[in-house]
Amino acid sequence: MKMINLDYISANPLLPEVQEAMIEAIRNNYGNPSSPHQLGDLAAEALEKARSSVACLLNCLNSKEIVFTSGGTEAINQAIKGVALANAKKGMHIITSNIEHNAVLRTLRRLRMMDYKVSSVEVDQSGRVDPADVAKAITDQTILVTIMHSNNEIGTIQPIEEIAQITREKKIPLHCDGVTSVGVVPMDVQKLGVDLLSFSANQFYGPSGVGALYIKHGTVLWPLLDGGVQENNKRAGTENLIGIIGLGVAADLAVRDLEIRTRQTLKLKKKLIQGLTEKVEDIFINGHPELSLPNLVSVSIKYIEGEGIVLMLDEEKILVSTRSACAAGALQASHVLLAIGREFADAQGTLVITFGQETSEADIDRFLDVLKTVVQTLREMSPLYKKGNK
Amino acid sequence: MYSSTVMDHFKNPRNVGEIEKADGIGEVGNPLCGDMMTIYLKIEEEKIKDIKFKTFGCGAAIAVSSMLTEMAKGKTLDDAKKITNKSVAEALEGLPKNKLHCSNLGADALHMAIQDYEDKKAGIVRPKPKREDKLEQIHVHKEGEKCYCPYCNIEVTEQTAVCVGCGATLKPA
Repeated sequence: MKMINLDYISANPLLPEVQEAMIEAIRNNYGNPSSPHQLGDLAAEALEKARSSVACLLNCLNSKEIVFTSGGTEAINQAIKGVALANAKKGMHIITSNIEHNAVLRTLRRLRMMDYKVSSVEVDQSGRVDPADVAKAITDQTILVTIMHSNNEIGTIQPIEEIAQITREKKIPLHCDGVTSVGVVPMDVQKLGVDLLSFSANQFYGPSGVGALYIKHGTVLWPLLDGGVQENNKRAGTENLIGIIGLGVAADLAVRDLEIRTRQTLKLKKKLIQGLTEKVEDIFINGHPELSLPNLVSVSIKYIEGEGIVLMLDEEKILVSTRSACAAGALQASHVLLAIGREFADAQGTLVITFGQETSEADIDRFLDVLKTVVQTLREMSPLYKKGNK
Repeated sequence: MYSSTVMDHFKNPRNVGEIEKADGIGEVGNPLCGDMMTIYLKIEEEKIKDIKFKTFGCGAAIAVSSMLTEMAKGKTLDDAKKITNKSVAEALEGLPKNKLHCSNLGADALHMAIQDYEDKKAGIVRPKPKREDKLEQIHVHKEGEKCYCPYCNIEVTEQTAVCVGCGATLKPA
């Protein structure tokens, strides 16, 4: 039986070109870019080439605006803590939304322990932030606004350009968590108007454990890591060159293939949503119907719990992700699903289905067939099912 | 993540269903915190002749229900009362630390079902416990005598209001 991966959001498969470039680097380009000899020069050249590729993907003015990190989480921590620490004398107020990823929420929670104040803007039922709410939340103490580009649980895309207009007028830096968007939908930092943008390679067929932070020239922030002079003094430590090379190639391929990928995934998304609606009763499709990621479908299935669905699908070699409290480790329903108005119990039965280049229409058909059976099995076990039907 | 015994009981759950005109019914948990379990008993000569369950919950909760029904089936009521959440978890060869609260349901539901039977027999009518509709209290999960933060799993006390590890609010102000 063929394995069907519908959990691209956890990690993408590495494209062959990415694999080859990394293997080649492991063999022949293991040097330290800081070394003044030829092995160092070779490494430095590869490092800057990758930086240019990433800068091109995001349409940066200068490739120096890209700082490589160990992934999206580090980039987010760097952006938020870096700005907060550097601007503490100016003010200690930060604005965010109530559906951010834990990398943002927990970073802010940590800052709260250091007396920073955080305002959280609520989203509507489709998961969208109203830019007017951001404007209202701004005080003379506000030093940072951090809003994600697209949501990792429901896929909704935020009006970042409009929010950026507000923050630019007030001269407040805007950080955007772009982890689920970069390499998936067109991301142009100049058009978006953001000052900081975090992302990771494994959302667009690059390796895990590598990412980057776009820092618009002139943005004031402290480095999270102090030490050597790497990354223009913005991130100390010898670079993860192998990973960065993989990221660079993934960025080149994203520039080349983004449109084709989007067309393909949108077709699958449409098919998937239609199939879910037809085959499974009592479900909700979460997120904005249009302004959302092309490669993600979030579905809440009533009366049952998500981890059970994931485990049963896994038995059939179908891999998906869930946002149920139990599976997420923290025994609470997803804050994102609650924020868009889902009931606790319904939030528990939520699957996040993500797909990409290797997903076929036949994969979607098989998933739908198996899911139908799994849902029925679990519903027959559920004390809520009968009650819900009464 | 789970032991092979847990996976076996999850994949092939024993005694799923309801018993019509059950002699005792026990219902615990609420869907708000993730798990809900109903146990149905058929009792003959103070012995559990048949037992069935219905569960809304994660893999562990389903496995716990299944294992519990196997452990209780055929036992006298006195022996069945001795089944604890801990013994169910042990029979499953352990559960992940953050899943131990699921296992709390199993024995509790069984004991409630036995109580229900004994109440009926004695003619006691108890008001049905109201199901909580709001999850105000965040569960600090327990393992033995120790408590853990549900977010970062570091050890806390039951009185801890704010987790020292991650800053999570554990008790509403």
